[in-house]
Amino acid sequence: MEGTLLQGPGPHIGGPELTNKIMWSVVMALVPTSLVAIYLFGIQALALITTTIAAAVASEYLWVKYVRHQEPKADGSVIITGLLLALTLPPGLPIWMAVLGAVVAVILGKQIYGGLGNNPFNPALVGRTFLLISFPVAMTTWQAPLDGTTTATPLSLLAAGEKLPNWLDLFGGNVGGSLGETSAIALLLGAGYLLWKGYIDWRIPCGVLGSAGLLGLALGTPLTVTWFSGGLILGACFMATDYVTSPVTPSGRWIFAVGIGLITVIIREFGGYPEGVSFAILLMNAAVPLLERATWPKPLGVAK
Amino acid sequence: MVLKGLFLILISSALVNNFVLSRFLGICPFLGVSQKIETAVSMGWATTLVLVVSAIVTWSLEQFILLPFGLEFLRYVAYILVIASMVQVIETILAKTSPALHRSLGIFLPLITTNCAVLGLALLVALKSYNVVEAAVFATGAGLGFTLALALLAGIRERLEWADIPEAFQGTPIILITAGILSMAFLGFAGLVAQ
Repeated sequence: MEGTLLQGPGPHIGGPELTNKIMWSVVMALVPTSLVAIYLFGIQALALITTTIAAAVASEYLWVKYVRHQEPKADGSVIITGLLLALTLPPGLPIWMAVLGAVVAVILGKQIYGGLGNNPFNPALVGRTFLLISFPVAMTTWQAPLDGTTTATPLSLLAAGEKLPNWLDLFGGNVGGSLGETSAIALLLGAGYLLWKGYIDWRIPCGVLGSAGLLGLALGTPLTVTWFSGGLILGACFMATDYVTSPVTPSGRWIFAVGIGLITVIIREFGGYPEGVSFAILLMNAAVPLLERATWPKPLGVAK
Repeated sequence: MVLKGLFLILISSALVNNFVLSRFLGICPFLGVSQKIETAVSMGWATTLVLVVSAIVTWSLEQFILLPFGLEFLRYVAYILVIASMVQVIETILAKTSPALHRSLGIFLPLITTNCAVLGLALLVALKSYNVVEAAVFATGAGLGFTLALALLAGIRERLEWADIPEAFQGTPIILITAGILSMAFLGFAGLVAQ
C-alpha cells in the first residue's frame, strides 16, 4: 500500500489494533468458558464446539471463494461466530443441527449482507434463534453437568416455581444449561480481559446487567439468579458488544444495553420462552440504525 | 381490571401478534414504503389513523346495521366500501393540508385501501366480538406495531444502501431475508400475553 492514493470514505488513519488481532483476543477470552464447558459436558461439548467452528469457517470460505469469487480473508471473525454459536447450544444437541445452525449464521446472518461489517444482526444469534424456533424440543433439552442425565435449567426451575441451586453452583457453572452459559466465573474472566484491553465498551455489559438486575429485583428475583443463570453474561459481554451490530454513539449504547436488559427480563418473567437474551439482542440490533440516528451528536456551530 | 385488559390488548396487537411480523398482514407497504425512515414513519401514522377510524366505523356498521338485520354475509363488501371511502377522505385532507407528505407517500396512500391489515383488523374485531373501546385500542396497537415494524426495516434498509450485498440478493431478496430475521426476533414476544 506504500505510496498508493487511498480513495473512499474515511477514516484513513488506522489504529495499531488490526481487526484480526482484536478478533483473536475475543477467541482467547472465550477459551476459559470453552474449557469449563468441555470439563462439565465432556466429549459432546468438544465435538459440538469443533464441528460448529469448522462448519462456520467452511461455509464462509466456500461462499467467499465460489459465490463472491474473492480471496477469503482470515480475519478470525467467523471463528468467533462459530464458537459463540456453539456456546449457546445445549450439550446434547445432534451435531447435524449445530452444523445447520452454523451455515445459517454465516450465510444468512452475515455473508448475504456482504460479509463482516455489513450485517445488521449478530450472526451467531441469527443461527441460534433459527435453531430454537425450528427445533424447539432439541434446543431446550438440558443435561446435568458431569453425569449427563436430563435436567432442568435454573430459569425453567424458576418458571416452575421450584427450588433453585445455590448461588455458588450458579456462579461456578455446576448447573444445567447451554455449553457456555453455565459458568459465570469463566465468562467474567474473559470479559474482564477484553475490558482491560479496551476491546469492549464497559457501557454495554453494565447497562445490560444493571437494567436486568434492577427490573429482576423489582419483580422479586434475586440479583444472583438474574445474572448468573441463563445466557445473560455471555450475551451482555460477548454478543451485545459486537462492533458491527451495536450503536457507535455512547448514549445510543446505553439505550441499546438497557433495552436488552429489560426485554430479557420481560421475556423471562412473562413470555413463553424461558430465556430471552438472544431475542432481546436481535430486537435491539434491529433498532441500532434508529438509535444512532436519534443520538447522533449535533455538530457545533452548524446552522440549521 | 378493565384498564389491564385494554393494556394487554394493546401489547398483544402491537408486539406479540404484530400485524406485519407475526400475522403477515400489510406486507405490501412494509416492502414498498420502507426505503426512508421519514416516509416509513408517516406511512405508519397514516395507516394507524385509517386503522383506528375504520375499526370504529366498521364496528358501528356491524353492531347497528349488519347484525340487527341479519346481513353478516355482506360483511366483506360493506367493510371494503367503508374503508375505501375513508381512505379517499384522508387522502383529500392530506393533499390539501400537507402536499409534501402526500407526494412522498405517492401511490401507497390510496393503496391503504387494499392494505389487508385494515380489512384484517376489521374482521378480527368482529371475530373477537370486542366492544368499541377495545376495538379502538386494538386498532391503535396494530397501527403502532405496523409503524414500529416499518421504522425498524427502514432504518436497516438505509444502512444496507452501503452494504456490499451479492448481486443476486440486492433489492427485494435481501429485504425479505431481513424481514424474516426481524420476524424471528419478534417471536421472542410469543406467549407474553395469553390470548
